[in-house]
Amino acid sequence: MNQRDARRLSLILLFMPFALWIVLLILLPHIGMGVLSLREKIAPRQYEFGFDNYIEFFTEPIYWHIMARTAVMSLIVTALALVIGFPVSYYIAKIAGPRTRGAMFMFCLIPLWVSDLIRAFGWILLLRETGVISGVLQWTGLISEPIELLYNDAAVIVGLVYTVMLFMIVPLTSTMDGMDDSMIEAGYNLGGNGLTVLRRIIIPYAMPGIISGSIIVFMLTAGSYLTPVLLGGKYSSWFTQTIYDQFITRYNWESGAAFGFLLLIFTSLVVWIGLKLSGQSLSSTVARS
Amino acid sequence: MARTGGNKAFAVGYRLYMAAFFIFLVAPLIAAGIFAFNDSVFPSLPWKGFTLDWFFGTSEPKLGMFHDRRLLQGLYNSFIIAVSVALLSVFVGTCNAFLFVRSSLPAKNFFYIIMVLPLVIPGVILGISILVLASTVANTLDDSYGIDLGFLRPGIVLVVLGQFSFIATITSLVITARLRKFDATMEEAAYNLGASRVRVLWSITLPFLRPAMIAAGIVAFLVSFENFNTTLFLVGSESPLTITMFDRMAKGGSTPVLNAVSFFLMLGSGLLAIISILVQRDKTAR
Amino acid sequence: MRGRPPTCQHNAIQAGRHVTDSAVSDLECSNVCKNFGSVQAVKDVSFEIPSGSFFSILGPSGCGKTTLMRMIAGFEEPDSGDISIKGRSVLNVPPNRRNVKMVFQHLALFPMMNVFENIAYGLRCIGADRDEIKRKVQDVLNRVALPDVGGREIHQLSGGQKQRIAIARCMVLDPDVLLLDEPLGALDLKLREAMKIELKLLQHQFDTTFVYITHDQSEALVMSDRVAVMNNGRFEQIGSPQDLYHHPKTAFVAGFVGDSNRWTGRVSAVQGEEVMVETDGGMNARCRPGEGASVAAGDTVTLFVRPEFVHLTQGREALGENSLQGRVDNLLFNGANSRALVRMGSGELVEVDVTLTGGADDVKPTDDVALSWSAENAICFPSGEGR
Repeated sequence: MNQRDARRLSLILLFMPFALWIVLLILLPHIGMGVLSLREKIAPRQYEFGFDNYIEFFTEPIYWHIMARTAVMSLIVTALALVIGFPVSYYIAKIAGPRTRGAMFMFCLIPLWVSDLIRAFGWILLLRETGVISGVLQWTGLISEPIELLYNDAAVIVGLVYTVMLFMIVPLTSTMDGMDDSMIEAGYNLGGNGLTVLRRIIIPYAMPGIISGSIIVFMLTAGSYLTPVLLGGKYSSWFTQTIYDQFITRYNWESGAAFGFLLLIFTSLVVWIGLKLSGQSLSSTVARS
Repeated sequence: MARTGGNKAFAVGYRLYMAAFFIFLVAPLIAAGIFAFNDSVFPSLPWKGFTLDWFFGTSEPKLGMFHDRRLLQGLYNSFIIAVSVALLSVFVGTCNAFLFVRSSLPAKNFFYIIMVLPLVIPGVILGISILVLASTVANTLDDSYGIDLGFLRPGIVLVVLGQFSFIATITSLVITARLRKFDATMEEAAYNLGASRVRVLWSITLPFLRPAMIAAGIVAFLVSFENFNTTLFLVGSESPLTITMFDRMAKGGSTPVLNAVSFFLMLGSGLLAIISILVQRDKTAR
Repeated sequence: MRGRPPTCQHNAIQAGRHVTDSAVSDLECSNVCKNFGSVQAVKDVSFEIPSGSFFSILGPSGCGKTTLMRMIAGFEEPDSGDISIKGRSVLNVPPNRRNVKMVFQHLALFPMMNVFENIAYGLRCIGADRDEIKRKVQDVLNRVALPDVGGREIHQLSGGQKQRIAIARCMVLDPDVLLLDEPLGALDLKLREAMKIELKLLQHQFDTTFVYITHDQSEALVMSDRVAVMNNGRFEQIGSPQDLYHHPKTAFVAGFVGDSNRWTGRVSAVQGEEVMVETDGGMNARCRPGEGASVAAGDTVTLFVRPEFVHLTQGREALGENSLQGRVDNLLFNGANSRALVRMGSGELVEVDVTLTGGADDVKPTDDVALSWSAENAICFPSGEGR
């Protein structure tokens, strides 16, 4: 049938760009990286297959220390983003009037439109020894000497929380926006106090938003490079930095690829566990943000 | 509005918290922008008076961004890259929208998840994996057949491909969402009124998608312009602006010309953001 | 009509020839069948619509009426049978070449175009020139009594105006048949009542064949010259609204068109044209068998009596033959359409049209009443033949 042929043809034509994109830019590169990570250099231009690159990671404490450090810091950032962002989202979704609500939400989105680099640059200008905060503190007389607030873990955490805040607030706000006010009122009406209402009604209701926000924030944090490097300095020991070192500085692509794979497995694992625990699907989680 | 049932002090405290949060949100942006106008060779306090030299200054030490050849070159490269990425991802995003909303693709849900996947892969990994594959292919071709494919070496083409690999997901999601809202009887109506298939697509369906396509294009442009993680590994000699700026920042001690660039970029993003909002809020939204 | 002169000429010749023996029908379906998988959506439907009439296809949702219409418009292909327009089969004609236009359920006006562009769309598709488009659009806008809305956006129109623009968009192309797929469904009640009359007038004015699909029997009855009642993919009956109402041929038609009291029961006796039925509740009623239906003593039947044919008498005494005793359970006041719910001695509930004047002699709940109807106005059908 002519019409059926036309349908099939258009299906194939539509499928082509998708297939090319996924196969050439996602699938093959990752296979290539996997193959490379299994290759060991035994002599110049002499290679052998094996798990040495991975074994190196586990036997060399410095590498998995950095990985663990990245993971812990990412968890801290995620928790902070949640704790700071939750009241803000609640305010926007439930307390602010309809007009301020839109304005506040737009306001929260502003950093999205500004590059990571500029945001980090802003924090550098605020936090460094000759920076604004140090200057203001001296001017008020709280300190007598300029202080360096940059190049420490706190600076990295502040910068990262700032960078990912938006990805926490958007899903939280949109979830809580869907909550009927009468649910909260019913909670009070039935004798609950502020804390029980929060714990028994609001938080359970916002759970899907909390989960998707946390997953995305964790993923972005663990995979970030720019903020830790700029705010933490060259020795901020972020795992992506190690990958960069292997690739660009040491030109050791094999172990760089292995580390990349480990990072990928690690973040995928966290995402997967998060999705399993919350019973959500990947597409709904990502589409929310 | 839900009453929190708390007392007045709580309400005031809550407002203060919100105010503090918004200060936290804008403080670094203001810091990045404002020093562009400080008449000092360091982007820091004290304030030494207003100047536009960091935009238009013609000579060292106050070389303005519009006369700094490296920055302008970076801006130009970024622009070329962002436009290519935007066009490519809007095209693929539109195809994907039709693929996932309209076609009878088998295992659609599975492919949909595959489509979303690039967004959850860390940008650094996308960068290195594409670098690895491109270099392997280029080396193999070079060694075995003596063919040197320059575009597979780090450079603008690889940067475009690397950014496209995850930005296409964003545009696909945006355009797919819009196409799902499309009332397919509109196409039947046009067909019924005598239009050919091509004409229906051209005069009914694509105009309906246009706002989403423009908005997706703007988002793609901005994300590409600002991208760093993926770009870092694929960049060749022609660095885009973010890389040029990063190099200067990491070295430290740069003049406020970087603030001028930041201000300029924030202004540009703001304008594009407003355009994309205006485009999306069109009459067909009813 | 630029671009299609051969077809037009041909039609004209053919029409001319046909006029001599019988009026040519605008639309004819013969033995049309359509299956979706194992589901038979349309079963062996045949009908013929004379030129310039208002034809309705009435049926509950899921009866296949939409499928039938989509086949006429060309969006679906029938599995067997033939569809012809102005005497020519259109089976192999794609929808954009059929001169059958359609008003969609939700109208499907193009929101990215204004009113003028919407109406001009079809003309542009056949390559009409600018002046012709302008003239024709203005002309059709005048005819739907909206001469000044050309420059407006679709979202600025009221529900009724959108309706008329959707019709104008089709009529500007001078179709042989206009299909309307429940276009009044989305309107509120008042507007729907007004649009019924308006549609009828528009059809009269354009003098084009309208095929109107609906599940609302009152829309079909008010507007149509002829109505086809469709159920389970089949046409149950085709006839004028009066025909369907007073002479239903099947139990389904009797039950679906208009309001009826309905009981199931058993035939106790047949006396010539008249049948005695004892309902399951034990009420004895006289009736006649539906047209074409034959019943014998002992058959189970379904009995239909319309509320307006039930005569209600106040008081305890029985009133002549075939009257039944009951007591008013409830009054449903609705102005001229008020009803009384009467509980019979046998337990059944009968709806009766009553006139409530507000005076002292109106029936009141708990009043004892006698009900009667003539056998002529009570119809029974053998059970199991539709529902």
